[in-house]
Amino acid sequence: MRTTRRSLQVVVAVTAAATALAACSSGGGAQDEGSEGAAAGEEYTIAMITHEAPGDTFWDKIRNGAEAAAANHNITLNYSQDPDAGNQATLIQNQVSSEVDGLAVTMPNPDAIGPAAQAAVEAGIPTVAFNAGGDAYLDYGLLMYFGSNEDLAGQAVGAKISQDNPGKTVCVIQEQGQVQLETRCAGVAKTSPGTEVLYVNGRDLPSVQQTIGAKLQQDPSVANVVALGADIALAAQQSIADAGSQAQVATFDLNADVAQQIADGGIAFSVDQQPYVQGYMAVTSLWLNLTNGNDIGGGGPVLTGPSIVDSSNIDAIQPYTENNTR
Amino acid sequence: MSSSVATQPSAPSAPPPGSAGPARVQKSLLSRVLARPEVGALAAAVAIFAFFYAVAPTFRTLPAASTYLYASSTIGIVAVGVALLMIGGEFDLSSGVAVTTAALTAAMFCYQLSLNVWVGVIVSLVVALAIGFLNGYLVVRTGIPSFLVTLSTFFVLQGINLGVTKLITGAVASPNVSRLDGFSSARAVFASDVDLGIITLKITVLWWVLFVAIGTWVLLRTRVGNWIFASGGNEASARAVGVPVKKVKIGLFMAVGFLAWFLGMHLLMNFSSVQAGIGVGNEFVYIIAAVVGGALLTGGYGSAVGSALGAVIFGMTTQGIVFAGWDPNWFRTFLGVMLLLAVLVNLYIKNYAAQRK
Repeated sequence: MRTTRRSLQVVVAVTAAATALAACSSGGGAQDEGSEGAAAGEEYTIAMITHEAPGDTFWDKIRNGAEAAAANHNITLNYSQDPDAGNQATLIQNQVSSEVDGLAVTMPNPDAIGPAAQAAVEAGIPTVAFNAGGDAYLDYGLLMYFGSNEDLAGQAVGAKISQDNPGKTVCVIQEQGQVQLETRCAGVAKTSPGTEVLYVNGRDLPSVQQTIGAKLQQDPSVANVVALGADIALAAQQSIADAGSQAQVATFDLNADVAQQIADGGIAFSVDQQPYVQGYMAVTSLWLNLTNGNDIGGGGPVLTGPSIVDSSNIDAIQPYTENNTR
Repeated sequence: MSSSVATQPSAPSAPPPGSAGPARVQKSLLSRVLARPEVGALAAAVAIFAFFYAVAPTFRTLPAASTYLYASSTIGIVAVGVALLMIGGEFDLSSGVAVTTAALTAAMFCYQLSLNVWVGVIVSLVVALAIGFLNGYLVVRTGIPSFLVTLSTFFVLQGINLGVTKLITGAVASPNVSRLDGFSSARAVFASDVDLGIITLKITVLWWVLFVAIGTWVLLRTRVGNWIFASGGNEASARAVGVPVKKVKIGLFMAVGFLAWFLGMHLLMNFSSVQAGIGVGNEFVYIIAAVVGGALLTGGYGSAVGSALGAVIFGMTTQGIVFAGWDPNWFRTFLGVMLLLAVLVNLYIKNYAAQRK
């Protein structure tokens, strides 16, 4: 079903791809999987710009999802990241200047990153937000959002704690001042009264372990430790063992070790926002928009979580954590 | 802190025999003790200890002592080497990520080849010493300031940590090594709990005391110690009197590599697997510990015991704030004020000592 507009888009896309990315290898892209939406040999370039702090398994899954989607749809993925909001905005401008076909961004700090994303929209590049920025993406004219609602996810944790193991809760933030993490803990506090925030240095695991241990010694009545990342949860377990505390650990995010701990009963449950899906959907939604004019979510955010992983469903999920996709 | 008490009396009686030897003014014992680089840090550490002892009830318990000593030890182990290196007139910005490199190397090597954990431990020691050697060799060979050389190493290692890990394991964390042969014995060496009857300490605390003792002995009792002071104090005249400055500096960089390796092994054995992005920023914590402990940023002055006291101040303050249960929003501010006060006490005592005759 070729329309004039679509042909034009294809011409623009092919020209852009040919000029801006003449040096790009097409060897990585798998063949288009027989979808009727795209003509054979047609290749889009999509840029993904995140606030990833390098070396974190959580972001690795987002990237794995994005790369899988790119391979499925014969897309060239330009991935870049910078935890500094100003630098991230600059990276977005660079991609707009190189006239990519689609743009996927995270917006942990909408005031700084939003205007750059808006400029992309105004330049006619379909742009979606994912992972962070669910409250703000519409303000800057972005098409869609894929991610977890941090506040709801936090509330889900608090509600489950209040039901299963009520008592004093310590919510551990591994990056002081990060809006998403603060929102999560605020959500936990809404449904689990008596929640206290503890800041630790997530770049230094022994220090994480020591600081949580100090907190448990200072207040032996703590019944729950809520970690906001998989590696922090494992360090928290060590602190609890060292301090001889009875506290139970709940966490956000999954990795193979946390999945094993959930299976073994060492960690009560995890709230997974399914980062693989976030990366996969951000790229796929752009591809659907470029080839089929779709917008997913109908003007509202598409939530990828909270998906609660506990002893009841861990058996089905654990194998995927080994593949680094959950 | 016990080692500091042991070394102070011996300090004035160790005149550097190889150095130029300025005419020694007869000073009172008190003045000579006060002139030691670590005395100010000792006073600051005592003040901070007393402060938290007064305001935080939990801080007075033995388990709390175990926690903040553990916190101090993970800083202090690398800080000993960093302090020695700074006395020798050089700087290392790559020590924080070198710790992660060591842990990742050990984990991946033995996991991918299904070897005993100890093989990975040895291989990663070789890698860590090689990094130290390369840092030192580049500094003495090219004459580029160590700040720039090790800054480059810092970035290179950061990239290698991520890139190689992803390439080999397909993820950005090392595999879990806890099921490999030799893990339990390695864990016993690098990350076990030691029950001393009245208090249970992490084994890193004991290793740290040992490393500080060795560092102190080398600095104050051996010819190499004099070479280190001379190399950092005045490189040209040290060379003129026959000090092998280049070898000393390369050796110091390798010592930092060794200690970074040791902490990396603790990290791996304690947590079983390591994410590739950690360790960034810790190089400054080690340097802070050395400087708070009396080492000069310009070289030629400082002590191993001082670095330990600096680490204790840092560890006690970070954990003490938690023990005191203060509003966590102000955490960094408390830390900054505490450290500034520690340095001020340090400076005040040093000036006081300099004025006394």
